[in-house]
Amino acid sequence: MFKKLSDKIKGLSDTNLLLFITIVVFFVMYLCAIIFMGKGFTKPQNFFNILNDKAALIILSCGLSLVMITGSIDISVGGITGLVTMCCAVYLDYKGGNVFVSMLIAIAIGLAFGLFQGYLIAYLDIQPFIVTLAGMFFARGMTTIVHTNPFNVENPAFVALKEARINVPLMGTYNKRGEYVPAYVEIGVIVAILVVIVLFAILKWTRLGRAFYAVGGNKQSALMLGINVKRTKFIAHVICGLLSGIGGYVYFLHVGSGAVTHASGAEMNAIASSIIGGTMLTGGVGNIIGTFFGVLSLSTIQNIVSSAGLDKAWWTGITVAAMLCIFLVVQSVVMSRKKKNSK
Amino acid sequence: MKAKAIFSKIIKNQIMIPLVALLILALFNLIVDPSFFKISMGLNSLGNPVLSGYLITILDCGSELAILAIGMTLVTAASGGQDISVGASIAIAGSVMLRMLCGRNGSRELLVPIFVAFIVALIVAMAFGAFNGVLVASFKIQPMIATLILFTAGRSIAAWINNNELPIVYDESYAVFGGFIPGIPIPTPAFIAVICFIITALVLKFTSLGLFVQSVGINEKSARVNGLNPEAIKILTFVILGACVAVCALIKTSRLMTINYSVIAKDIEMDAILAVALGGNALSGGKFNITASILGAYVIQALTTTLYKFQVPSAALSAYKAIVVILLVVFSSDTVRGWISKNLKFGAKKEVKNV
Repeated sequence: MFKKLSDKIKGLSDTNLLLFITIVVFFVMYLCAIIFMGKGFTKPQNFFNILNDKAALIILSCGLSLVMITGSIDISVGGITGLVTMCCAVYLDYKGGNVFVSMLIAIAIGLAFGLFQGYLIAYLDIQPFIVTLAGMFFARGMTTIVHTNPFNVENPAFVALKEARINVPLMGTYNKRGEYVPAYVEIGVIVAILVVIVLFAILKWTRLGRAFYAVGGNKQSALMLGINVKRTKFIAHVICGLLSGIGGYVYFLHVGSGAVTHASGAEMNAIASSIIGGTMLTGGVGNIIGTFFGVLSLSTIQNIVSSAGLDKAWWTGITVAAMLCIFLVVQSVVMSRKKKNSK
Repeated sequence: MKAKAIFSKIIKNQIMIPLVALLILALFNLIVDPSFFKISMGLNSLGNPVLSGYLITILDCGSELAILAIGMTLVTAASGGQDISVGASIAIAGSVMLRMLCGRNGSRELLVPIFVAFIVALIVAMAFGAFNGVLVASFKIQPMIATLILFTAGRSIAAWINNNELPIVYDESYAVFGGFIPGIPIPTPAFIAVICFIITALVLKFTSLGLFVQSVGINEKSARVNGLNPEAIKILTFVILGACVAVCALIKTSRLMTINYSVIAKDIEMDAILAVALGGNALSGGKFNITASILGAYVIQALTTTLYKFQVPSAALSAYKAIVVILLVVFSSDTVRGWISKNLKFGAKKEVKNV
């Protein structure tokens, strides 16, 4: 039986193999959390809280994975999120503007970054790392220029949207008094899941999606196949920028305030999630579902650390890093063994 | 015709990119406010004669970046990626150094000689460099991602070493490394940087390190076929970067006489990578030019100092830096350069030949 299973695993493509590892690890980890950490993790709401917290990160990581599949990288996603949050907060609070326009602002900012960075990377052939590094610097700097002090947004229409809860049927629990407490998710989670589904469909079933993989796998052969490599890269970056804008707004919906420190380090979390989700920086390998589980794994580990009482600030950083390290090494070992076998 | 050929050769030289950037910055400062170039002599609080002025600031504060740029250039050339954990590593090395000097209870006297503390920090920093190197070379993980691990954990580890306390060094002799040697008006970091440059130059001149690094970066497989060990060379470059990190940590902690784990050397990894890029080195590895990187580091420091002079708040600094960086990379990109030389009918023939 084991032989059959291992044969099956060997038969998987790179993308599916890494996806398989990610999903297995997530479930094993969550099971361990339930067994060792006790009750908190058995409640469905605990899982939904992870989703509520990380909806924005899921959207950012999806955009990043897309860019990484084409063999490029975007480290400006966290910076754009911060800028979007601050701009929308200032607009809603000081100008008393309406919510719809603030959404447009978010999308416009993301799209502007995506278009500009994409043009420089795809058509002027500049190193993506440098361009998006500058993009991150610019976004972070602009955030402080727009406004410096943290403040809460009290626009009534926005607060109503922020407080909106969507109950998940059949997942509620009974509290000590026997009252039914429904499980809920925020609007951001719906957006995130929609993004995951749409991107998954694009990557799986459209010409464009296959072009992304082809460009990332081998530029030269993609060119030979008649794919417009530059345009494909450009589109990937534009989508990533757009998703950063949307992710920024979802983040804003979750926190409901403007502050310079918002979403700091989000780019590193997004990169880590994509890697854990089985996307390879060399391009051509990756899966949106994997990225989704990557985010979940990352936040589950963070949750375990904080509920295990290791509340001294440094343990979160060290455990996340250790987990990233283990994942990278496992991936690398599995991939190299697979290569040897195929020889 | 010959003059034209020489001119286009100069234009194509790698060192031209940071040099032109430096000239533009200097020209800008000269036009807007010539006092940028003023250097004055004064006495510091200890009664030593010291030089002060914006140029001295650039020389002083740019040296850490220049030292880091040496290691970063080698890492970039050999592995085709960058180490983003240098800032966190500086925090670790500095934390180790202060832990050695002040001990657990924050002693007011130095517990061990500074030299010993430095050597211990050097070993620790090199060990972390080797850790990064092993991940990159043996496990074939992309450098940026491999170093992301230490980037995430580094500052936490640094805080953990000193149990999150901030030890303060009271002994004045420690201040020399980030300040002034009594009687010499030039800041010490500049001397330390020069010593590092000389060591690097000697190593590159008398060993084949440079050649090996380059060949590993250009084509790993053919380097292996030619009898090199690419893995060992990659790890070696990361260990060298670790040594540079320890020197930076010495300077940084000596400047403050204490350490702040979350702030020390913040964003220095970005500046170091920019220095390498500004030096015209391909960030995808291969050929490299350390002189250009060092010059690039000073250009970045000059830019920072210029912006500070115009009272740009330090948090907003990055936005302006980003604009300058984008302009630089756009104008040094092959496409734009080709377009310019085509439209100005200048060096166009040479371009065709190269292709």
